[in-house]
Amino acid sequence: MTLGIDLSRIHPGFPDPVRGSQTVFRAIMDAVARPGLAVALNKAPEAPAPLARATGAIALTLLDFETPVWLDAGVLAGEAQAWLRFHCGCPLTSETQDAAFAFITRPEDGPPLSAFNAGDAKYPDRSTTVVIQLPHLEGGRPVRLKGPGIKGERTIAPQGLPGDFWEQVADNNSAFQFGVDVILASGDLLMGLPRSLQIQTEGA
Amino acid sequence: MSTAATRPNEAERYYNYAYLDEQTKRMIRRAILKALAIPGYQAPFGSREMPVPYGWGTGGIQLTAAIIGPDDVYKCIDQGADDTTNAVSIRKFFARVADVATTEDTAEATIIQTRHRIPEQPLKAGQVLVFQVPQPEPLRGLEARETETRAMHAYEEYGLQYVSLYENISAFGRIAATAGYPVMVEERYLMSPSPIPKFDNPKMDDNEAILLFGAGREKRIYAIPPHTRVRSLDFEDYPFEVQTWEENCALCGAEDSYLDEVVLDDAGNRMFVCSDSHHCGQRRAEGHVGPMAGHQLANPVAEDGQ
Repeated sequence: MTLGIDLSRIHPGFPDPVRGSQTVFRAIMDAVARPGLAVALNKAPEAPAPLARATGAIALTLLDFETPVWLDAGVLAGEAQAWLRFHCGCPLTSETQDAAFAFITRPEDGPPLSAFNAGDAKYPDRSTTVVIQLPHLEGGRPVRLKGPGIKGERTIAPQGLPGDFWEQVADNNSAFQFGVDVILASGDLLMGLPRSLQIQTEGA
Repeated sequence: MSTAATRPNEAERYYNYAYLDEQTKRMIRRAILKALAIPGYQAPFGSREMPVPYGWGTGGIQLTAAIIGPDDVYKCIDQGADDTTNAVSIRKFFARVADVATTEDTAEATIIQTRHRIPEQPLKAGQVLVFQVPQPEPLRGLEARETETRAMHAYEEYGLQYVSLYENISAFGRIAATAGYPVMVEERYLMSPSPIPKFDNPKMDDNEAILLFGAGREKRIYAIPPHTRVRSLDFEDYPFEVQTWEENCALCGAEDSYLDEVVLDDAGNRMFVCSDSHHCGQRRAEGHVGPMAGHQLANPVAEDGQ
């Protein structure tokens, strides 16, 4: 990774990094605390292709030199890779098990959730946070959720996820305290799917 | 520039917004997200030196500093009171380093930092309650080694805690713990609620707000998301009970709030008053009257002589 970065082609990050990251973090915190709720960002800057504003804002807010990041082929191919390295200073890794964060922009081709680090029995917080970028957070196949952060039940229907995604999420929850935590991002919207989330199967 | 207008203290501030540097905030923020994803689990974090000693709320202060923004309205209570030294100092600290509006009104606040109480008024969605925690490990009194207690949490091995409660019953005829009464979160993680009176334990169950717990000296963060099941430990034949009083609040007459006993003189006179100072003041403003209404304690000297 000794290739220089062409600084003239790097997009700007937050115009005010302190204020920007604080606002975005509160939205992420709300999204993780209230799984399945679409939380809107209003201060996210434009991110380079293929990242949506919400995806880029998550990276700018949470990544730094302490967080090895795994990027899918879509992100690696675009200008986003240099942008992430410049603004966040984050190391990149090709090993899914080493990643603190993973960014997936082509969910159909991406590795399954089980490929990422599910944490340690004593330190389950050392698991990967998987950020999946989608075309829309509604209009897909409805799925019913319950668990901490949800009063009763919540129905969501994100679009563009692999066919067996909700089985992966259910498997992810079945091994709790182990598990990865997922954040869905689309446009200016975020949705948290932490490992505590339970999937209600049809008719149950 | 507009930033000068929105940050009045910027010029004379020789440190970052909200005191902590941005890398520290990111580290704490990542720990908060993992703590919310694993309710009741104690996530380690790199606790920093703060301008107050450990034991004065450094865990809560670091949590608040990592989440606070200039649009927040900040309330800080110590044992329920807004007007005690520690609460006043921490509130002034954030007014100065984070340019936030402060309040004593529970309903108006977006972030409430607390030492050892949960406000009487039910919290609502959008609020964050930040607890200052001296000892995050509920099992520490039973097992001194962190390596062991961490394994006990990992394997959900909580028999020792139940033995301890049982020994309480055999010695005292009841579960004698009154503060820091252990809870089970989502039937998975045993958690210390910090030294809040057990009177406040039921408020954590199915709460609307986000509950964050920070232990600065012990370097741990844990959390309870909204609408999470939080059960106080008990036995079928010795169910969990909260404290009750024969008295009502002497100032506002409240029958259902947590009361502090205040010794008035050497002659054995005493009064019981609401520990939640804002709750009591609000009730008095609404016209509720207790048996000692009008007592001088009802009109403390205002902060800064205002």
